[in-house]
Amino acid sequence: MTIVMDPTNEQRPAAWERQRRLDSVEGKTIGLLDISKARGDVFLDEIERQLVSRGANVLRFMKPTFAKPAPVDLRHEIATQCDAVIEALAD
Amino acid sequence: MTTAPTLPDGIVAIVKRDCPTCVLVEPVLADLAGRTDLTVYVQDDPSFPAGVDAIHDGDLAVSWHHEIETVPTLLRVGDGAETERIVGWSREQWETFTGVADLGVDLPDWRPGCGSLSVDPDRVDELRVRFTGSKLHARRVEFAVLEDEMEAMFDRGWSDGLPLVPPTEARVLAMLEGTTRDPQEVVTLVPPDLVDVTVEKIAINAVMAGCKPEYLPVVIAGVEAVCTDEFNMHGVLATTMPAGPVLIVNGPIRDRIGMNHGGNALGQGNRANATIGRAVQLVVRNVGGGRPGEVDRATHGQPGKLTFCFAEDEAGSPWTPLSADLGVDDGADAVSVFCGTGVQNITDQLSRDPESLCRSFAETINAMQHPKLILGFDALLVLGPEHVRIFAEAGWDKATTRDRIIELTKRDGAELVRGAGGMAEGLPEAFAEAEGLPKVRPGVGLLLAHAGGGAGLFTQLIAGWVSGEKGSQPVARRITA
Repeated sequence: MTIVMDPTNEQRPAAWERQRRLDSVEGKTIGLLDISKARGDVFLDEIERQLVSRGANVLRFMKPTFAKPAPVDLRHEIATQCDAVIEALAD
Repeated sequence: MTTAPTLPDGIVAIVKRDCPTCVLVEPVLADLAGRTDLTVYVQDDPSFPAGVDAIHDGDLAVSWHHEIETVPTLLRVGDGAETERIVGWSREQWETFTGVADLGVDLPDWRPGCGSLSVDPDRVDELRVRFTGSKLHARRVEFAVLEDEMEAMFDRGWSDGLPLVPPTEARVLAMLEGTTRDPQEVVTLVPPDLVDVTVEKIAINAVMAGCKPEYLPVVIAGVEAVCTDEFNMHGVLATTMPAGPVLIVNGPIRDRIGMNHGGNALGQGNRANATIGRAVQLVVRNVGGGRPGEVDRATHGQPGKLTFCFAEDEAGSPWTPLSADLGVDDGADAVSVFCGTGVQNITDQLSRDPESLCRSFAETINAMQHPKLILGFDALLVLGPEHVRIFAEAGWDKATTRDRIIELTKRDGAELVRGAGGMAEGLPEAFAEAEGLPKVRPGVGLLLAHAGGGAGLFTQLIAGWVSGEKGSQPVARRITA
């Protein structure tokens, strides 16, 4: 029998609990996050058009650079102002 | 940690039978036992020495806690505390120490002692666990009797794909001997999970990577460097590009721990080079939670993401060390980290003047990532001795060389815009009229280092990732013991 020392951070939960999906977007505030990659705005413009046509309020956000995590303040802003967020990942 | 057994006041001797010097002084100890307040501890045979009622230090607790390295050792103890010690046999010293004249008159004047069992290399790891093991805070993971320990570590997701050294308590404690830092000291926050990492957790991963204890300070400095906001390890992991930290070590520690800065410095075969880079990556994986397929979204990756670490050849370089260019004092032990996306060999066997060689470098650098993409990526050139000599003989310093290479990468926007040369990739049309656009950021976008074997007119181009504040910036950190 071998006993070894745990190399991990020992803080990882076995599973993350997911937020419940919205039943409808009507009357909800949906954040659209552009990560600053080329043509992300084209994709999000179309998403915004579709969401608005279904009665959602849309707020637009943008990361300063796609190469770094979103700043804490931006994450806080999205979390406190929006019921859901959609992130445009691609070029 | 167990506490040190209290010693009786008076004179204390620590001996073992398996030591010719202890056997030599056996009659002296018997003599002293009758004339002084002598207490004898024996490490091995409890019937030794004859004529003395010795206490058996069978578990070596007395010897370990009182840091006995040699037998025989004589200690003077007052109010439970040691005030003086002598080691080995010297009639003169023993007479002064005990205040008893004419000790061992038939014996030679002097004999060195032997090693204490408490520092025996075959026992010391086990003793360290027994007497200091509880200072480790990490969770103990017990493998089942029938579980193969190597397979068990793969199953738990701790491995980068290669076998790991099991991080037993004894090995982790031995690893921590490589630093003076407290095992519970928090070194930094490790991305992407932004979790505190202690010296102990780094040591555990260094054991698994195959490091020796003397490499640990380099690993710790490497972890510090990659976990800075400037280096941006989260972004380096999350990118689809094949990005990973390249570690370059400067300072006297390179030779002290046997790093390779000569032939095959960037390749396989040197334990320090191979395991230091691997240990840093294992910390990011196991403590930070940065794993392929999770936060690591690399499309292809590259073999340097297992480990990429080498030392710079400073003695053979006409230039400042790379770490000095990045802000650490020249001559200090330091690790520099650069975010690399792969290595390209530059062959130029005919240039004998700096200008010609700079042109070869510039042309190759221009092909980096894509010939028509500029300014987004830094580069690190690792010049071999036969290339760097051409600059040294011409008297070119590092800044002159760097700036000339960058100057020679300049091209006009018309060559670089989308569609030019029949390639859709390129700069936006707005650059069509621009002239003299350099490939990398002037002044800072090209790093120069020196390593490699004595034969071969080659230089290695290590292509960078997204450069500057929006991506990853090279970082140097001083190595502290």
